[in-house]
Amino acid sequence: MSAVIETSGLTKRYRDLVAVNDLDLRVEEGEIFGFLGPNGAGKTTTILMLLGLSEPTSGNARVCGFDPTRDPLEVKRRVGYLPENPGFYDDLSGGENLLYIARLNRIPETEAHRRIVRLLEQIGLGNDGDRAVREYSRGMKQRLGIAEVLVKEPRVLILDEPTLGLDPDGAARILEMIMGLSREHGLTVLLSSHLLHQVQQMCHRVGIIVKGKLIALGKVDQLGSAIFKERQWNFLVEVEGRADGLESELRELPGVADIEPRSRGWFLRCVRDVRPEMLSLVSRKGLSLLQLRSEDATLEDIYLKYFREA
Amino acid sequence: MSVVFWKELADHFSSRRFMILLAIIVLTGVWAIYASGQSIRQDAESAPPDFVFLLLLTSQSGGLLSLATFLGLLGPLVGIMLGFDAVSGEYARGTLSRVLSQPIYRDNLINGKFLAGLATVAILWASVLLLVIGLGISLVGFPPNAEELWRMLIFTVVGILYVGFWLALALLFSLLFQRTVTAALGSLALWLFLTIFAPLIAQIAAALIAPDASTPEAVVRQVDITNMISRISPSALYGETVQIVLNPLARVLGAALPEQTQGILLTPLALSQSLLLIFPQLTTLIALVAVCFGISYIKFMRAEIRA
Repeated sequence: MSAVIETSGLTKRYRDLVAVNDLDLRVEEGEIFGFLGPNGAGKTTTILMLLGLSEPTSGNARVCGFDPTRDPLEVKRRVGYLPENPGFYDDLSGGENLLYIARLNRIPETEAHRRIVRLLEQIGLGNDGDRAVREYSRGMKQRLGIAEVLVKEPRVLILDEPTLGLDPDGAARILEMIMGLSREHGLTVLLSSHLLHQVQQMCHRVGIIVKGKLIALGKVDQLGSAIFKERQWNFLVEVEGRADGLESELRELPGVADIEPRSRGWFLRCVRDVRPEMLSLVSRKGLSLLQLRSEDATLEDIYLKYFREA
Repeated sequence: MSVVFWKELADHFSSRRFMILLAIIVLTGVWAIYASGQSIRQDAESAPPDFVFLLLLTSQSGGLLSLATFLGLLGPLVGIMLGFDAVSGEYARGTLSRVLSQPIYRDNLINGKFLAGLATVAILWASVLLLVIGLGISLVGFPPNAEELWRMLIFTVVGILYVGFWLALALLFSLLFQRTVTAALGSLALWLFLTIFAPLIAQIAAALIAPDASTPEAVVRQVDITNMISRISPSALYGETVQIVLNPLARVLGAALPEQTQGILLTPLALSQSLLLIFPQLTTLIALVAVCFGISYIKFMRAEIRA
């Protein structure tokens, strides 16, 4: 099966800043690929190069078999791009915005109207299609953006921070929509984000990019062991009883790197198995142990390790 | 490209600022025509002048500006208003990368915008002129003759070209500055400079170059140099062109010595002769528009779109 998106040594240099450094990427058909990285890591620059909106300094890319620098129109016909903070023509209605994009894609009028009505229903803007976009909320605009990328019935969706600025409910709905559509239409999705949990939830594979370099690539659960040489030990502990001073004493246990309070206990990040010391500490203080759970290295650990360093 | 063109045209015609401008132009135009029409009518009954309609456009009734001059002052503002947020507006609204990620050639966007602006100007200018003709016919009582119609047509074309320059300039600034306000202010500042200050500077410069103003020949020389320098400003080009086109009796730009004008019969020039006189001005205007748009085109094609 040939890759839908493929880059080889893709590099973009702006005078003295290397925004994208020798990127080798491969996204297969039908998969949801997460492009993870902090702000300024080079995600948007890479996406611009994939679309032919920016010229790479060296290396090449292929999208659906076409070179975006040489055949940008072929690429744009097959790719639906939703940029960060999409803007719309505020004076026009949602439906009219979609119609403009449909016309630019040379979709015949009757077919365009049919698709627009169906899409507006699908994203839940059926009644608001005729209102001016000026009146839309952030969530509605984001959903309109999704409808817009689907109007041309693309093979690939490239979404740059699609849930930025949305409340958790709105974000969850958008992600569900994307996952559903991907399954339903067999779309390939390249999702760029700096929000880990969402990427973790929905992506088959993840690529982590920091300062222009791809530092990890693979399935979410494989990623942890790929990156960390030493094993990470994470524990979730919940106790009952008077727990004054427990946190500071836990912090002082040798091998505990970080403690985070959770709703009913603490989340500990350690470099070794501290469970024996933890249990004796808890019983010494006369507390009852409600829960002690060990968790493998999560994407968050990777995030903290690499993004903090960056 | 036609998709972009029609959308932009619709946007222009439905925008509020356009309506305001249109209202101002039409109202003032109607009033100016009425005022000059009345005075001409009285003369027409006694001794009908040859080119009544042209007079309608160029006469200054009651010390106010003639309609042609008024259009020449307001035209650039219309052009600037239509062009200043052409590209910077897209950046501000975040729509540029969305539109450019559709399968259209990038130059279709800027071409469509520019042509839509020109079309709007053309419709505006032509409407005003048709209004003038209509009102003129009803006020004066007879329709314009063929020569007058041709001259008015050329006046329309020149007017569209002139405003087209300001449109192209505003488009260029909109591209260069990427911020709507800066583009607007820059265009307006340039307009102010070229319309009001350039003639003054031209005079001062001419006085410096040819200070001697004693003999009539020297005076003429000074006036000639003033005119030459002031031709840098497109408003001067417009002014001269309009002067010759709308006034068939005019045969000289600038000052002339009495020896040169002695013996000339004051018959009106044929249209082709008038055009020959202002041919350099016309070509310069066309060149200015082309250069401004050309620079905008190149800049836009090479820009990296991040918005």
